[in-house]
Amino acid sequence: MRLPQLLVTASPHLKGPDTTPKIMWNVVGTLVPVIAAAGYFFGFGALLVVFAATLGSLLTEWVFGPKGSLRDGSGVITGLLLGLTLPPGFPLWMAFIGGVVAIGFGKLIFGGLGQNIFNPALLGRAFLQAAFPVAITTWPVGGGGFWDVRAENLSLPFMGLGQTDTVTGATPLGLMKFEGVATAVRDLFLGTIGGSAGETSALVITLCGGYLALRNFLNWRIPISIFITVAVLSELLHLLNPAYPGPLFMLFSGGLMIGAWFMATDMVTSPVTHKGCWIFGAGIGALVVIIRLWGGLPEGVMYSILIMNAFVPYINRATQPTVFGTRVTEAAS
Amino acid sequence: MSPRLSFRHGVHPPERKELSAAAKIRRMPFPSEVVLPLSQHTGKPARLIVAEGDRVERGDKLGVAEGFISSPVHASASGTVAGIDLWPHPDGTYKPAVRITVHPYSAQAPRPRIVPHWEDLAPGGIVQAVQDAGVVGLGGAAFPTHVKLSPPKDVQIDTLLINGAECEPYLTTDHHIMLEYPERVHLGIRIMMRALSVDRVMIGIERNKPDAIEAIRATLPTDLDVTVHPLTVKYPQGAEKMLIKALLGREVPSGKLPLHVGVVVQNVGSVAAIAEVFETGLPLIERIVTVSGRGIRQPSNLIVPVGTKVRDLIAACDGLTEDAHEIVFGGPMMGAPQASLDVPILKGTTGVIVLSRDETKPKESYACIRCGHCLDACPVFLNPQLLGQLALAGRYEETEAHHIWDCMLCGCCSYVCPSNIPLSQLFQVTRTAIGRLKALAAA
Repeated sequence: MRLPQLLVTASPHLKGPDTTPKIMWNVVGTLVPVIAAAGYFFGFGALLVVFAATLGSLLTEWVFGPKGSLRDGSGVITGLLLGLTLPPGFPLWMAFIGGVVAIGFGKLIFGGLGQNIFNPALLGRAFLQAAFPVAITTWPVGGGGFWDVRAENLSLPFMGLGQTDTVTGATPLGLMKFEGVATAVRDLFLGTIGGSAGETSALVITLCGGYLALRNFLNWRIPISIFITVAVLSELLHLLNPAYPGPLFMLFSGGLMIGAWFMATDMVTSPVTHKGCWIFGAGIGALVVIIRLWGGLPEGVMYSILIMNAFVPYINRATQPTVFGTRVTEAAS
Repeated sequence: MSPRLSFRHGVHPPERKELSAAAKIRRMPFPSEVVLPLSQHTGKPARLIVAEGDRVERGDKLGVAEGFISSPVHASASGTVAGIDLWPHPDGTYKPAVRITVHPYSAQAPRPRIVPHWEDLAPGGIVQAVQDAGVVGLGGAAFPTHVKLSPPKDVQIDTLLINGAECEPYLTTDHHIMLEYPERVHLGIRIMMRALSVDRVMIGIERNKPDAIEAIRATLPTDLDVTVHPLTVKYPQGAEKMLIKALLGREVPSGKLPLHVGVVVQNVGSVAAIAEVFETGLPLIERIVTVSGRGIRQPSNLIVPVGTKVRDLIAACDGLTEDAHEIVFGGPMMGAPQASLDVPILKGTTGVIVLSRDETKPKESYACIRCGHCLDACPVFLNPQLLGQLALAGRYEETEAHHIWDCMLCGCCSYVCPSNIPLSQLFQVTRTAIGRLKALAAA
């Protein structure tokens, strides 16, 4: 009989279909419609911003990351998500630096994939918010031809924003906070509003996130918990004081949709237990409402997620599953 | 529609039982040599009572039980003891084994022997006969059956569960025992009921074996409280604790045995083996083995003399295919990989699975991304993610605080891990390390 070269590995000898790169590339794939929506509403410039942030992320991963780590797809997600949180008219060089910081200081400095505490894309954005506060709050309005790239997009490093010839407007949350003007929920839902590249269509983002949830590539309890908390809190406050916006406006405005579906659900920086995911989502939802209504900023999704990221180890520790057969012993003893 | 009988968590690996599900049980020819390790069961190895050069008949004792939690070993073929050597054992080590050169012209008829009549025996007599016959659990763990039949006096057993779940992929051993020998299963149940003095018996069978459920139902004794319960198809439905949870809703306390919730669980193969002892008078010298996987030419369910080398078993199934890549004893989820074709089939070997290259798992692994899928899979509600980190860091004391000893090593966590981290292997290694450290500390 022919003697084969036998493989000797530990059990189990079968392996389920999911792999980490498969999950990551699926997330990348579902971000494509979101990016397409950004291009549709804001033109080519928004796509350039996303591209610049992703380029910064990938170059950093390639130079400083472990060998072959580009293939797992996590660096691409960070770059794309960062790009989607930026204004469509954001200077490209700043977006690039944001990508570098997101991967370098958001992920690699902790030890690479799986080791970071904070969502790298949001860490990159927090850096940009601190470093370039004007550029990151300059919101061009939609309209104009697809190929009309804004002058700010192409501004040179450290030379200011250049001539700001594009029409800028406030985001729905800015309008609400500083001028008390509400935007129609239908516009919010479809995405015909000002804001970050990925803050447009709640519809597209929900469909994409829902797909990931169905495939079990994200824990649906996190976005659902965020939505419930935001809806319930804002409804209560709206009933107490009608000057506060209602739940639909709160849900569909700003970065809540993309934050809840794509950033809070980052597996590395969210709890591992289901109970923990409910708590984590509730915390984010509560912080979003608090920051939006009483904070100094019109939008609070980024800080809410980053703050709750810091609590993840504690949430995990507090929500350990009850081991089979231990409840009985406690009852018996 | 009967209620969905199941447990929480678990996984759904591809079943692949269709490879051997249609193959009727057939007897393989006697090999030219059998190798019988003295340790084929949980507990102390048998004590050798033959010497090199001795002639033995099929069914003769080669080793006697050494204490209560031990089991005798019998010759599975007539021949001459060619040697008592350290021989490759399916667990990956070398262990003392009796090598018998099989007489090529022997009719392999056992010596005439007195068949004990179980209805005339007291429970103690049945237990004694079962021990003398060397019957152990045939579901894989090979725990001596007579020990299970002798619960401590202060324990009240109210239910006997018969495990026909066979949740491991590929395996069709129990399936075919139920399908082809349902009466033998029912006789074994009667004998066990007498030995244990229990009145209630529940047979659990996964729904993916409708013909076996039908065969067992069609032959149900009308004078006894024996019921058949189709189970949800989910791995590890056949684990004792999961089966008890599914059928009775009872949770076996951590670190305790099914006895503590008034239950004895016995696999259908072992039940049939008990019946065979009282049908033929022969000890446990052969068993039914599924030989399957895409790496074997003719997937089969074979009656195999214990001690048959896997090489002979493969030959009886038309040999290996070109891309045969991994040989596993038992099911693919918990089975042991084999590095040699000379390892013998043991009493507890449920199957020999030859995986082709495309059936084996990938080699690449990635960093843990804390997806939590392992927590959703673990049927005993551990946190494999945390345990894995602690094990890798060598923080063994903390793994004990996080219930590493409750792990059944079922492999669900490794199966679902997208980063392909060998979690259950880590836990096995960690437990071995803890055991050694404790032994060192005690010394």
